[in-house]
Amino acid sequence: MSVAAGSTTIARPGFAAAVAAERIKLTGIRSPWWCAGAAVAVTAGLGAIVSVATRYEGGPLTVATTQLVHSAGMAVVMVMAALAITTEHSTGTIRTTYLAVPRRGVALGAKAVVVAAVAAAVGLAGAFGSWGLSAALVPDVDLALHGAVEWRQVAGVGAVNLLAAVIALAVGILVRHTAGAVALVLVWGLVAEQLIGLLPGVGPALTPWLPFQAGKYFVTADGTATGLLGSPWAALGYLTAVAAGLLAVAVAVARRRDA
Amino acid sequence: MIEVRGLTRRYGATLAVDDLSFTVEPGRVTGFLGPNGSGKSTTMRLVLGLDRPSAGLALVDGVPYRELAHPLRTVGALLDARWVHPNRTARAHLRWLARSNRLPPGRVDEVLDQVGLTAVADRRAGAFSLGMAQRLGIAAALLGDPEILLFDEPVNGLDPEGIVWVRRFVRGLAAQGRCVLVSSHLLPEMALTADELVVIGRGRLIAQSTTAEFVDSASRTSVRVDGPRLDELAAALRRAGVEVGPSGDGALTATGTPMARIGRVAADAGLALSELSLHRGSLEEAFMRITGHEVEYTAGGPAGGPDDSAALTAAKG
Repeated sequence: MSVAAGSTTIARPGFAAAVAAERIKLTGIRSPWWCAGAAVAVTAGLGAIVSVATRYEGGPLTVATTQLVHSAGMAVVMVMAALAITTEHSTGTIRTTYLAVPRRGVALGAKAVVVAAVAAAVGLAGAFGSWGLSAALVPDVDLALHGAVEWRQVAGVGAVNLLAAVIALAVGILVRHTAGAVALVLVWGLVAEQLIGLLPGVGPALTPWLPFQAGKYFVTADGTATGLLGSPWAALGYLTAVAAGLLAVAVAVARRRDA
Repeated sequence: MIEVRGLTRRYGATLAVDDLSFTVEPGRVTGFLGPNGSGKSTTMRLVLGLDRPSAGLALVDGVPYRELAHPLRTVGALLDARWVHPNRTARAHLRWLARSNRLPPGRVDEVLDQVGLTAVADRRAGAFSLGMAQRLGIAAALLGDPEILLFDEPVNGLDPEGIVWVRRFVRGLAAQGRCVLVSSHLLPEMALTADELVVIGRGRLIAQSTTAEFVDSASRTSVRVDGPRLDELAAALRRAGVEVGPSGDGALTATGTPMARIGRVAADAGLALSELSLHRGSLEEAFMRITGHEVEYTAGGPAGGPDDSAALTAAKG
């Protein structure tokens, strides 16, 4: 059969083809499945434990409480996202990728779409898992999703995971090495931001502008809360801008660099 | 067609590729020859848009690789057989490649069959031997049925069977009218595979010519002559205008004269011969001499002998 070049009748493979290829790549190996499973289990399990413990200690148990530890699953998702690109660099497949899709913005953008979709799905599964388990284990507390606020508190984990994964992917594109990228993403997301928040004086002022704190605020804020960024949705918008900006920088750098 | 014009790549203070220009025509195998570290791989990466040139340009099918509308349908490349995720199966590797360029999914099985990997298609690529990985790399290069193919050291590390297979395969692709560029640091290997040679040393073009021309000009032949009355024989040969000198081990070496004529001169002088044999300089020696000349030249050391310059000039012509 002939699939020869030069024929103008064949449509140029575009972004959709690159996304399909990235999907086959991500699902064709085992480690992303393990990461996804672990992320869901950690988010749901730890969330349920926190809910039960809160109930036993007599604290106020709300829908937001069930999502207090969503960052545990988010950490696993970020590792998966960083690995999606750093393993390509360590195995050399990034060059195969760029040979197949020489427009690097398309290649990396497609990877971002696939990684983000998986991260969002994992976040939703974990969040609803935690909420469902909590509701089942603590039946005497009303954990029903009454309105937009409660829906945001649970489903919002999907959005935050999606953006965290994009940030981790962008860091992976920039750093290229697995250890460096994973350490950077986890230390920043889980440790550094907390410490900055504890700085006397400037800490509280800086906190709303820390990307992962903004994500956390988006998920856990109740209906009355107003931070420096105003509404939780402004916080989400800010996190989105950070993720998009980082990805844009990473793609621009990758375009210029030797593969 | 591949066109390289004034291609230059600098890494810090090192010039990996230095103002390189050559063309690769369809319908024949072009050997890309040079010692290890002479810039062959860098040149191929520049042609494929993986690295950026410091100056000059490389065109495939008239455009830079990064601007190709159908990369895999236009160019197939095997630069490193290990550029495969070790935990992905051979089939999964080819499947994502096919999908990325909207190639018919049926092509995956076709190329697996073509390189003889059908039986191991669902095994992890990480478990492949180098020979199998090399075949998978060739399968990936063939996926889009491209007219232009680049292979970087495809026989490196292969067993004799694998070497013969790759050699035949590459020649077969050129026979189908495709444009094939194959790199190697071994002149004897290229002499068996390539119709045309692009020879580089230290990132610079040394010669582009047909393989036959290059080999002829590179390897000098001489005739070894021995007999009981050696001094008289040498004198007779010199009288007949034959360039002759001591061979270094008690015999004579004559250059530039056919063997038959030397026999006739000896017979006319009534001198018996105990040996009259043709000696062809090995290709390795010739290659080392020619590329070594280039190394010395660029290092600012003493220039090579006049014979080497003659060989170079002939090869360039």
